[in-house]
Amino acid sequence: MAERIATRVAFGKELVELGKKYENFVVMDADIAKSCGTELFHKTFPQRSYNFGVAEQNLMGIAAGFASGGTKVFAATYGVFASMRTCEQLRTFVCYPNFDVNVIASHGGIQVGADGATHQAIEDIGIMRSLPGMTIIQPSDGTSAKLAARAVMEFKGPLYIRLLRNPSPIIFNESDYKFEIGKVVSVKDFGNDLAIFATGAMLLKSVQAAEILKEEGIHVKVIEIHTIKPLDENAVVKAAKETGAVITVEDHNIMCGLGSAVAEVLSEKCPTMMRRIGLKDVFAESGDSELLYSHYGMNTEHIIAAAREITALK
Amino acid sequence: MRYYTQQDIVFLKRKANDIRRDIIHMIHKAGAGHPGGSLSAADIVTALYFHVMRVDATNPEWEDRDRFILSKGHACPVWYAALAEKGYFGMEHLDTLRKFHSILQGHPVMVKTPGIDMTTGSLGNGLSLGIGMALSAKAKKKDYKVYVMLGDGELQEGMVWEAAMAGAHYNLDNLTAIIDNNGLQVDGWVQDIMNVYPIVEKFKAFGWYIIEINGHDMYEILNAFQEVSKVKGPVAIIAKTVKGKGVSFMENECKWHGLAPNDDEARMAFQELAREVV
Repeated sequence: MAERIATRVAFGKELVELGKKYENFVVMDADIAKSCGTELFHKTFPQRSYNFGVAEQNLMGIAAGFASGGTKVFAATYGVFASMRTCEQLRTFVCYPNFDVNVIASHGGIQVGADGATHQAIEDIGIMRSLPGMTIIQPSDGTSAKLAARAVMEFKGPLYIRLLRNPSPIIFNESDYKFEIGKVVSVKDFGNDLAIFATGAMLLKSVQAAEILKEEGIHVKVIEIHTIKPLDENAVVKAAKETGAVITVEDHNIMCGLGSAVAEVLSEKCPTMMRRIGLKDVFAESGDSELLYSHYGMNTEHIIAAAREITALK
Repeated sequence: MRYYTQQDIVFLKRKANDIRRDIIHMIHKAGAGHPGGSLSAADIVTALYFHVMRVDATNPEWEDRDRFILSKGHACPVWYAALAEKGYFGMEHLDTLRKFHSILQGHPVMVKTPGIDMTTGSLGNGLSLGIGMALSAKAKKKDYKVYVMLGDGELQEGMVWEAAMAGAHYNLDNLTAIIDNNGLQVDGWVQDIMNVYPIVEKFKAFGWYIIEINGHDMYEILNAFQEVSKVKGPVAIIAKTVKGKGVSFMENECKWHGLAPNDDEARMAFQELAREVV
């Protein structure tokens, strides 16, 4: 079986490696360092680690104050808390002054599974997208998360890093994968029948769907969108022009996430037939994530069905 | 901070009076703003900028400067007036408060105004922001101090107490909270709207060293800051103040929280503030 790792773990491990190379950053948590992948950094660099207990607003306020001194600050908590409990701190005290606070937001989407809706961040991308100056990235596998961590070190400014709780298979080889903030990654290019834009946990499902569709004679491009904001508009428009049909796939509410971001761009610059796959504006239940994906219409078979439908309409 | 003389006291009292005039002038000119809480904070803010804090108006970004955060950001006219009087920017900017393209926004914005160390306006956040600055000083082995002024109504925000916990936990002897205890908030008396008392015992229970003063007595203000420098931990100065202090018809009147004086009222206020201060 292929190697499996959660992006929260891969990101946290790389943060430790980066800590050995770079001096000028600190890591802050609100109790759940163990769950956010940052505990190893706390243990390796106690002098550069802070824990403020179960007090997320305080965490983000302190992160902003600390960053005002010119130091990069990683502030970690779950996506539900980062996007909602600390939303105002991120807006008014991180984005408005444009501080180098990088949010490590673990437990994105319904992939969280058994913890249930209170801990599944399904609206965080939408909330973060509406904050002026906020950049949003979401790695899709262990390699992507590792290289994202390196890219983040070179980045300066408000940043939301959406990470996943559960281990998933490695998709990319480090040698032929590049994580450049603001750029898409072409993952499969089987032809011009359809473009699938996928992010995070849904990339692998999109790749699997593309392989099956290829057997059926539907030739698909799969494009990873790890930077949801700012969106790589040129790449999105180019793929839409080449294919004339687009599907977006995300583990997030179908409103305000990747699908909305792509629709906004295409409706103005290249109106294209489109289907969005995601959680259809409901709260998900507790349960195994694969069961949840199937139940809520977000699994590989749903991508395939949408692809068949939309290409038949062309 | 250096010790003070009788001359310093006279200078500071006169400066505070100038700042009160600036406050009335700018809010009257803007036609909107928050005079009550600006006037209650005027003596303390004056003492900070003209005696206590290590600052350089010609170098507002100086890395080693002491930091001030006005957590009760709506009282920014007092901050703007102190900065202008100190020379961070020209006095003519006070005429532009709240106007389009002004460097003086309706609430403090650090990216627009020289000398504003932190954007504020949403209550309850300042102490956390100050803790971040204080921890950064420790990490960088800097000896600058961080002063955060909060309103008493603001203490109703739960986040203040998250920060109070953290300030004591990290034993931040470079952090001072100043509570502008004027007793009033937008809807009325603090104790009637949502009682925050006893403030002293609350901060004490959270592990802070307490200094209680009359926030309009310049001796007590300076003595408090001298005492602060000897304490090995975070200090909360609980300053009893009068909302609207210095303009008799605004004093202890809730309506002057966020109301601009009209021409006649401004004239009356200037008459009161024109009296010689000794």
